[in-house]
Amino acid sequence: MHDERLDVESLHLWRGDRHVLRGVCFSLASGECLQVTGPNGSGKTSLLRAVCGLMYPEEGRVLWEGRDVRSDLRTFHCALVYLGHEPPLKADLSARENLRYWIGVRHRLGAAALEDALERVGASPWCERLVRTLSAGQRRRVALAGLALSMVPLWLLDEPTTNLDTEGQQLVGSLIAEQLARGGLVLAAVHHELPATVRDLRRLELAA
Amino acid sequence: MSAYGSPATGVAVQAAPVARQAWAGSRQAPMLEAAGLALARDLQLAFRKRGQLVQPLAFFAMVTMLFPLAISPELARLREIAPGVLWAGALLASLLALEFLFRDDAYDGTLEQYALSGQSLTWLIFAKTAAHWLLTGLPLALMAPLAALSLGVSAAAVPGIVASVAVGSVALSLIGSIGAALTLGIKRSGALLSLLTLPLSLPVLIFGARATQLAITGGPLLAPLELLAALAVLGVTLAPLAAAAAVRISLE
Repeated sequence: MHDERLDVESLHLWRGDRHVLRGVCFSLASGECLQVTGPNGSGKTSLLRAVCGLMYPEEGRVLWEGRDVRSDLRTFHCALVYLGHEPPLKADLSARENLRYWIGVRHRLGAAALEDALERVGASPWCERLVRTLSAGQRRRVALAGLALSMVPLWLLDEPTTNLDTEGQQLVGSLIAEQLARGGLVLAAVHHELPATVRDLRRLELAA
Repeated sequence: MSAYGSPATGVAVQAAPVARQAWAGSRQAPMLEAAGLALARDLQLAFRKRGQLVQPLAFFAMVTMLFPLAISPELARLREIAPGVLWAGALLASLLALEFLFRDDAYDGTLEQYALSGQSLTWLIFAKTAAHWLLTGLPLALMAPLAALSLGVSAAAVPGIVASVAVGSVALSLIGSIGAALTLGIKRSGALLSLLTLPLSLPVLIFGARATQLAITGGPLLAPLELLAALAVLGVTLAPLAAAAAVRISLE
């Protein structure tokens, strides 16, 4: 059985005349979590977007299981989930409908699994409400339910704990810990340290 | 520590050895199922926000009603200009609706998730365009006969008019999807979108108006209808590819 593995080799990214990523290198193996920190504008989000293939770096490669992801982006995308600043939710659909469409486009979704995930993030009482009526923290929780449902090896998380209360932040911690225990890989860009539930945390600091 | 989520963590650690095979890669949804979900999502959303749905139709109704007031109430003259009025109205109405095709999905990150879903973005974009046609092109085709009747056209022309607007609007939606995708990164893209889309839409306007004219005068309208269908088929095969490429660029 092969192990999932992500290698990033000297990534250089320019935005206009700004050199955002200056030779970022790291490797991430099965069961590892890398926490990317750095001041605002240091390129944390750009790094995540370049890794998942939304942005085209000027130089450098991203390897998944030893192969350049550019040669087969679809296979790579089947193995990852990316959660950006804003939860990718439709304001005019309920939390449950949002998850059914968002995750359903990726893979078949059982009704029981969906209910479990909603229960897990504490969304069951309000999962029928339209997302436009939910608070920012509640929306974040719906996004976390999507994360729990996606069942892919690689998680790319951009500020996963934003807007969450203490209990919600612990939930992020335990979700990540479970993902690592399953043999998954987590790359998280954060301002605040990830909760202590995540053990064996590796750190990468980007300079401004 | 124990006060927090540790019970759940404990469960996961025990489950770890079996969970290895649990990655969803093998359960990847079939392409058509994913496209069906994308279509269903857009239809459901449209019925939650009916205002956006009604706007182009109301515009079409207004344009076709203003002509008799502005030109003359003489039915013979109105009948003469009816094809032009119907098609110019339909073209502008479908242009009006285009702005909404990708805009909301670009803002809330849905397009990003589509691009990262591991599914073919081309198919998902095609599904979105199909939903767009169902929500604007098809209603326009159903409304066109009403507008035509109010312009003094005889009822015998109705099937021909419905057919020409239905087929022509497929081409319009698809051509428009390219323009809408190309202008995604631009704020207030309406004017640019029209500039990009109108020249490409002109063949549809010409053949559509011709087909409608022949339907009204009782001539053989198969030839212009076939040309419209050819444009629609060309659109189905090429437009989603181009639109998907443009969406990818806009995400960068």
